[in-house]
Amino acid sequence: MATIGTPVRRREDFRFLTGGGTYTDDINRPGQLYAYILRSQHAHARIGGIDTAPAQRSSGVVAVYTGQDMTADGVGGLPCGWQIHSKDGSPMAEPPHPVLAVDRVRYVGDPVAVVIADTLALARDAAELVNVNYAEEPAAIDPVAALQPGAPQVNSEASGNLCYDWQLGDLAAVESAFAKATRIVRLDLANNRLVPNAMEPRAAIGEFNRATGEYTLYTTSQNPHVIRLLMGAFVLHIPEARLRVVAPDVGGGFGSKIYHYPEEAIVTWAAGKVHRPVKWTAERSESFISDAHGRDHVTHVELALDAQGKFLALKVSTVANLGAYLSTFAPAIPTYLYGTLLAGTYTTPAIYCETKAVFTNTVPIDAYRGAGRPEATFVLERIVDLAADEIGMDPAELRRRNFIPKDAYPYQTPVALQYDSGDYAATLELALKAADYQGFESRRREAMGRGKLRGIGIATYIEACGIAPSAVVGSLGARAGLYESAEVRVHPTGSVSVLTGTHSHGQGHETTFSQLVADTFGIPIDNVEIVHGDTDKIPYGMGTYGSRSIAVGGTAIVKAMDKVIAKGRKIAAHLLEAAEADVEFKDGKFTVAGTDRSRTLGEVALTAYVPHNYPIDELEPGLDETAFYDPKNFTFPSGAYIAEVEIDLETGQVAVVNFTASDDFGRIINPLIVAGQVHGGLAQGIGQALLEGCVYDKASGQLLTGSYNDYAMPRADDLPTFALSTNTTLCTHNPLGVKGCGEAGAIGAPAAITNALVDALKPLGVRHLDMPATSEKLWRTIQQHRAPIAAE
Amino acid sequence: MQKTVSLTVNGKPVSATVEGRTLLVQLLREQLGLTGTHVGCDTSQCGACVVHVDGEAVKACTLLAVQADGHSVLTIEGVATGDTLHPMQEAFRNNHALQCGFCTPGMVMSALDLVKNNPNPTEREIREYLEGNLCRCTGYHNIVLAIAEGAAVMRGEPAPNVYGTAAE
Amino acid sequence: MYEFNYHQPTSLDEVARLLGANEEAKIVAGGMTLVPTLKFRLAKPSDLVDLVGISSLRGITDAGDALVIGAMTRHAEVERSPLVKQGIPALAALAHVIGDPAVRNRGTIGGSISNNDPAADYPAAVVGLGGTVQTTRREIAADNFFTGMFETALDRTEIVTAVRLPKPQAACYMKFKNPASRYAIVGVFVARTGGGVRVAVTGAGPCVFRVPEMEAALARSFTPDAIKDIAIPQDGLNSDIHASAEYRAHLVGVMARRAVAGCG
Repeated sequence: MATIGTPVRRREDFRFLTGGGTYTDDINRPGQLYAYILRSQHAHARIGGIDTAPAQRSSGVVAVYTGQDMTADGVGGLPCGWQIHSKDGSPMAEPPHPVLAVDRVRYVGDPVAVVIADTLALARDAAELVNVNYAEEPAAIDPVAALQPGAPQVNSEASGNLCYDWQLGDLAAVESAFAKATRIVRLDLANNRLVPNAMEPRAAIGEFNRATGEYTLYTTSQNPHVIRLLMGAFVLHIPEARLRVVAPDVGGGFGSKIYHYPEEAIVTWAAGKVHRPVKWTAERSESFISDAHGRDHVTHVELALDAQGKFLALKVSTVANLGAYLSTFAPAIPTYLYGTLLAGTYTTPAIYCETKAVFTNTVPIDAYRGAGRPEATFVLERIVDLAADEIGMDPAELRRRNFIPKDAYPYQTPVALQYDSGDYAATLELALKAADYQGFESRRREAMGRGKLRGIGIATYIEACGIAPSAVVGSLGARAGLYESAEVRVHPTGSVSVLTGTHSHGQGHETTFSQLVADTFGIPIDNVEIVHGDTDKIPYGMGTYGSRSIAVGGTAIVKAMDKVIAKGRKIAAHLLEAAEADVEFKDGKFTVAGTDRSRTLGEVALTAYVPHNYPIDELEPGLDETAFYDPKNFTFPSGAYIAEVEIDLETGQVAVVNFTASDDFGRIINPLIVAGQVHGGLAQGIGQALLEGCVYDKASGQLLTGSYNDYAMPRADDLPTFALSTNTTLCTHNPLGVKGCGEAGAIGAPAAITNALVDALKPLGVRHLDMPATSEKLWRTIQQHRAPIAAE
Repeated sequence: MQKTVSLTVNGKPVSATVEGRTLLVQLLREQLGLTGTHVGCDTSQCGACVVHVDGEAVKACTLLAVQADGHSVLTIEGVATGDTLHPMQEAFRNNHALQCGFCTPGMVMSALDLVKNNPNPTEREIREYLEGNLCRCTGYHNIVLAIAEGAAVMRGEPAPNVYGTAAE
Repeated sequence: MYEFNYHQPTSLDEVARLLGANEEAKIVAGGMTLVPTLKFRLAKPSDLVDLVGISSLRGITDAGDALVIGAMTRHAEVERSPLVKQGIPALAALAHVIGDPAVRNRGTIGGSISNNDPAADYPAAVVGLGGTVQTTRREIAADNFFTGMFETALDRTEIVTAVRLPKPQAACYMKFKNPASRYAIVGVFVARTGGGVRVAVTGAGPCVFRVPEMEAALARSFTPDAIKDIAIPQDGLNSDIHASAEYRAHLVGVMARRAVAGCG
């Protein structure tokens, strides 16, 4: 039975619903000790000295280590996986990133020492006895201020706190188009800083086997092989063969569990020192100051239009906060995952983007769901809406006039990407109809009667997913390849194990990938096992992020299955005494074309492993194939979102009353799982627009939103029921035609919500609102704009 | 202060020696090996640790183990009957109401508490009841559908099967 | 958490003895505020004295013109109590919006008012209804009980045993929630009683307070319009990243008008 395209229930659910999942903190190793990490309470300070003696003597303490101990042992700094070059060709500033701070702390949360004890409570008791002699220094907190002359210097290697000053696009062409424009629309906006907040806090257990010299790290990671490479090669100098990294069930990632974090190196190194397993689990308040944050851009954007509303050129200038150190993939986010997306769904012929990346005394920033693409979409969809307002055109109509037409593919944008397929106009029409866009004005009037300002907002988006090809990203500064691996192991009786380099931390790979295999091989899903997350089991793979798993990892599985089938045809041809060319594989059987002579996959597999009657001179035994797939291009999911909001005139409180999402994800393997991905992304996008945002005290550098008491996470009663639909165009360069769906909601929703809020406030003359649009912000906006109206 | 506590967990009597400061969730996870109950925050808000004590939903991260002495605790491990899922668990599965699975045990325990007090909740009531349970994956959409379905089945009504899912 | 000794006495005498013998002892009622505080190591009590074993502190009784609610009565019991729904429905509605369901299953009215968090809900009801706090030593009028931020008229070893809340002619509580913590940014309890109108505000200031100007205006005309021009001074109100003092002052007016409207 074909399962592709049907809502197959998830195979992983039973264990999660019965408490049978195995997350990192659920694992306990014999003789395990507990690590408590002492962190800086200062945003910026020199370390005069650290006295660990009283802590060493504290009850149950096995060891206390500082940055000096690790450095003295030859431990390296945390590496950065992407190098960006500035406009002038110079490489980015790349300050060292010690695992534990050595002579200076650079953000509140910077790890300073680790206490290892028999229990966590004892480790924590002892940590209070570690005496760090800090000499506080002024801190650079605000990213724009940090670039000003005289700002406190975060890293001596980055003069003026500038990491790089990057550009993309043809400035001369943009300037020339601006000179000819009928209208230029300008806007300053910010993209608010977020904390990813996967519900499972990060955790790590390091283990060392003295007998074999092997290290094992259990960690909450989206990409165990990447961690093994980075930590083994750059930080702890352990060869791959002696380092196993296991990422078991992982409770959400959203980007925050891509990176190689200090705690992973600390517990692994410490396990080697104390010869016992060492476990660390973050408390949530610790996660807030130690997980990489996301977003945090300040942008000026200008759009040039002609008299018909055609976009002539776009110019974007952004300051991007990187935090105190370079997290693993941080430099790529506000550059190649951002500037390249600024064409969006439109034919804008000339685009220029420049990004100044800046160090500040705050938690490092890296990719968070969408990563660069939500920022690009917010810039673009806000300026398009503003343009529609300024020229008096319906925002849907302005978009229609500028969409890349569906017959224009492949379409080369002026910012380096070549889109392979899409139909943006049709997707928008689908959303407009589903949202009853035509009927909105009567709903606005009805709401006004209830004291509510109602608004509707559109955002379209495009994202570049399945990030690759390796050669291209390498030329753009990536220090890693971005292919994916798969091994398809057909067992002697015909059941199948698939070993994938991608990692599932909520995405349901055990189900989706099984569907692929079951349908291709014509076997029941229950005969397929998906293995991931353990470097001792799976081939080298790059993990899961950037909505890449099905597009890149799924294709690798297809390639490996193709190899299995090719070999199986040879074996079947031998068994059936037919020419290989006459054997076809269909519905789980190798059949001689035009006859009823066939062998099942199971029969062929058994022959491959019990090769008594076998073409042994031509073929090796066994039916186990590995494939690595390096895509020819990115995939380009796209969509149109429509939000409808109501603002309480008296309090400023917002309710999202309708949300319509129409997406093009290419072929959909499991609509149930795809819908879930969209829902979750929308919640995060709506959260960014209305609730979430980091607030740092600009003077002290303390994170004021450091717990769920102050960082507003979206709850069930903050969100509406979502109306989803899909409009499919297939990806042209992978065999499945898949595009990826993991980030869409988070990319499109912030702009849709903000456009709806500004639309609601349009009667008051409001032209922009920064995120998050809190009740007080809206109330103040209403007050400020009401006063002149009242006076008139 | 070490103290021996005796309680019933998922129908079975257990005893353990704990400190005064040992939390119920620590007793469950670390001493009794019941790792289905999770800890997702330190401010009593995320609800990943929700269990039932004497039939009522509580946050096991905000209760001392000694406070559960002599009481009856139900964790996610005790909800299904053998390999047969409880209708609420089945509804979560039918509606894809879980992704990473980390918040899921707390969600199910809260859902059961809701239905005990309100057998036929509206969508609004479900959303409000989940005030103390955070999920970062699902956007709650499918959790709300699942709880409505679970409640319906527990009332003896047929499952609505919104997604048309079939057994695999 | 720091380590402590845990006690579960069964009589108030025993509680008094334990508190008397241990200067650094703390009382735990529902523990919904105390346990998180201990987890962050913000308090270091030598002993915890749990009141859960004292059955006389729990329960709701109808005293004719008032309800008497035992200190250890949990929010969920108040929320669902037929006596409360009948006698003071606004109180059941208020209990329904405290914390979340799991917190309401453990948190107690006595614990809430003894802690006197500036953003807690119950103080608004106790003051708004003109209640009386009964302790192990005396009865304290609500107006005299809440003395400041996290401060009450209680002595260290004095324990709330019950709260007596007169049944109003009409009452309503309106809460504007903090989007993150879900505590009250502003909560206003309005009650029309035989003795006049009472308006009690929580969340906005360091401690629950009444608004005499609104009470007087509402006594003349119990309509939202009667208080629409009464501005609350922002001096002394709380101000944080979620709401400035100015916004809180504004919200007091909005919530008060909505509460009056909600009295029906």
